[in-house]
Amino acid sequence: MSKYIMEAENVKKYFPIKGGLFSKIVGYVKAVDDVTLKIKKGSCVALVGESGCGKTTFGRTILKLLEPDDGRILFEDKNLAEIKGKKMREMRKNMQIVFQDPNSSLDPRFTVKNIIGEPFTNFTKIKGEELVKKVLELLELVGLKKEHLYRYPHEFSGGQRQRIAVARAIALNPKFIVLDEPTSALDVSVQAKILNLFQDLQEKLDLSYLFITHDLSVAKHMADNIGVMYVGKLVETSETESLFEEPLHPYTQALLSAIPVADPDYKVMRAVLKGDVPSPANPPSGCRFHPRCPEAKEICSKEEPELKKVGDGRLVACHLY
Amino acid sequence: MEELLKVKDLKTYFYTYEGVVKALEGINLDIYKGESLGLVGETGCGKSVTALSIMRLIQWPPGKIIDGEIILDGKDLLKIPEEEMRKIRGSDISMIFQEPMSSLNPVFTIGSQISEAITLHQEVDKKEAEKRSLDMLDLVGMPDAEKVMKQYPHELSGGMQQRAMIAMALSCKPKLLIADEPTTALDVTVQAQILDLIQKVNKEIDSSMLLITHDLGVVAQVCSRVAVMYAGYIVEIGTAKQIFKNPYHPYTKGLMHAIPKIHVETKRLEVIRGVVPNLITPPSGCRFHPRCDHMMDVCKKKAPPTVKVEEGHYVACFLHGGVK
Repeated sequence: MSKYIMEAENVKKYFPIKGGLFSKIVGYVKAVDDVTLKIKKGSCVALVGESGCGKTTFGRTILKLLEPDDGRILFEDKNLAEIKGKKMREMRKNMQIVFQDPNSSLDPRFTVKNIIGEPFTNFTKIKGEELVKKVLELLELVGLKKEHLYRYPHEFSGGQRQRIAVARAIALNPKFIVLDEPTSALDVSVQAKILNLFQDLQEKLDLSYLFITHDLSVAKHMADNIGVMYVGKLVETSETESLFEEPLHPYTQALLSAIPVADPDYKVMRAVLKGDVPSPANPPSGCRFHPRCPEAKEICSKEEPELKKVGDGRLVACHLY
Repeated sequence: MEELLKVKDLKTYFYTYEGVVKALEGINLDIYKGESLGLVGETGCGKSVTALSIMRLIQWPPGKIIDGEIILDGKDLLKIPEEEMRKIRGSDISMIFQEPMSSLNPVFTIGSQISEAITLHQEVDKKEAEKRSLDMLDLVGMPDAEKVMKQYPHELSGGMQQRAMIAMALSCKPKLLIADEPTTALDVTVQAQILDLIQKVNKEIDSSMLLITHDLGVVAQVCSRVAVMYAGYIVEIGTAKQIFKNPYHPYTKGLMHAIPKIHVETKRLEVIRGVVPNLITPPSGCRFHPRCDHMMDVCKKKAPPTVKVEEGHYVACFLHGGVK
């Protein structure tokens, strides 16, 4: 058995753009373009980047919620492309996802008992009192109370709803959970509680996470490894500490210096990037970052840089290295 | 420093079917000339209601400003007639909202929207207004400003839309700019651009700013003074340094500990227990007492008065005085 729970190799996901009279395909949005990322058992890997960079698409693709167009996805050494139908359904017990907005990921007409009990009724034969017992155990695990059992999602605050979504995700003892911006819709004091909950659960249940976020300080707090994405490409992966100590890719550097630090003494010289994130439907030639890069050279607009090993355990896609 | 705007005992309530939401319960706030004051707090604490109350944009029904004074340049904005208030909005005080897309009119070009603001408040003809609009777009660093004048909002990216909003808000050189979560909908790299821009332009036209945000990082980088709100009250106000380095109120301390930090190693985040109270039936006395670790008997009985703890630093908590 390998030490990785999830290995995604050269994963591509393109969405067709249709236009014209006969809805001909006129182009592709290259949402995820050749991304390779490995997640060790028991670790938390964060995927950071700005909106539209493909981090959510990647998260969904490796769970096969979206069918990849190319590449290999190995979950515990099993190639997901070869697993279909009933077998895939069984596999899904092991991999779960928590979405950003608990308002839209919980059915408003279901009670908490039904929401958290649904995985059990779908996958196991547990029912009746035993089901209630299971649900209560989960409620306790995520910090909710017994009296919440028969309430509806609208009766809860945002943080509590996210706890319900987490309880549902961990119901069947998964090994791997994709956390897709799970705290972006929450206030800082609530965010702190939910982040602590994730850490507790990881320890108790021996989980591995892919933590998708745009907030680098959250990524730093949670993750052992970080991958930085830009317009469908992975531009840098590194251990969390070394990434923050010495970001190598110019985009990572810009991203780090753009974070507002909650300390008035810490006035950073911000390498403010010019321009906006380009559209993934029509990405720039060569290195996709070159039009905004302060250190762009001639080669950058012509040749696409490969992910190269720089230092130990770090990969950077940049012509500077 | 010279005072520009003074808010005194401002109370705004919303009358809903479920009961009266006491959104603001006696806000006191001074904004000085040329400064940028940050107003921070969690969702539902009354930050935006404060801004809308200052602009007198609270819609009745259900909302109503029931008490207090808002004094701009010696004039009480709550006592003047609506026509006069309309002249102040957009010229003396203007506002930038969180979502540029929903605050720009989709059926008019950027140029005509900015010119409209200028012709309404300044006595210039259309040509001159257009010229000034173009100057404003240049000032906010809009690339290809001449083309953008003829474009519609949907043709611009989020960051560019926010630039256009800023150009419009500052086109009449307001004395006070209220920015309500101006960068929340933007990506970090674009947020950095916009924050730099707001500061730069604000300095250039010499106006004050009230920056409303939930992001403590943004406040620390941009504001000279900070006010912390909790459940309809301002619980602490002081210079950015005082608030971030030496917070007095237990809620402010809790907030500071709850943020994950880039430059400090934290294994576990400290949390404030409990949840934000509902403002229809808020807790008695100090509204923070059910969540506070230092709660005393007096906290349940009456609301703490605001006391001075050091020069320019005020806090509303019985731990630091006010118990008699």
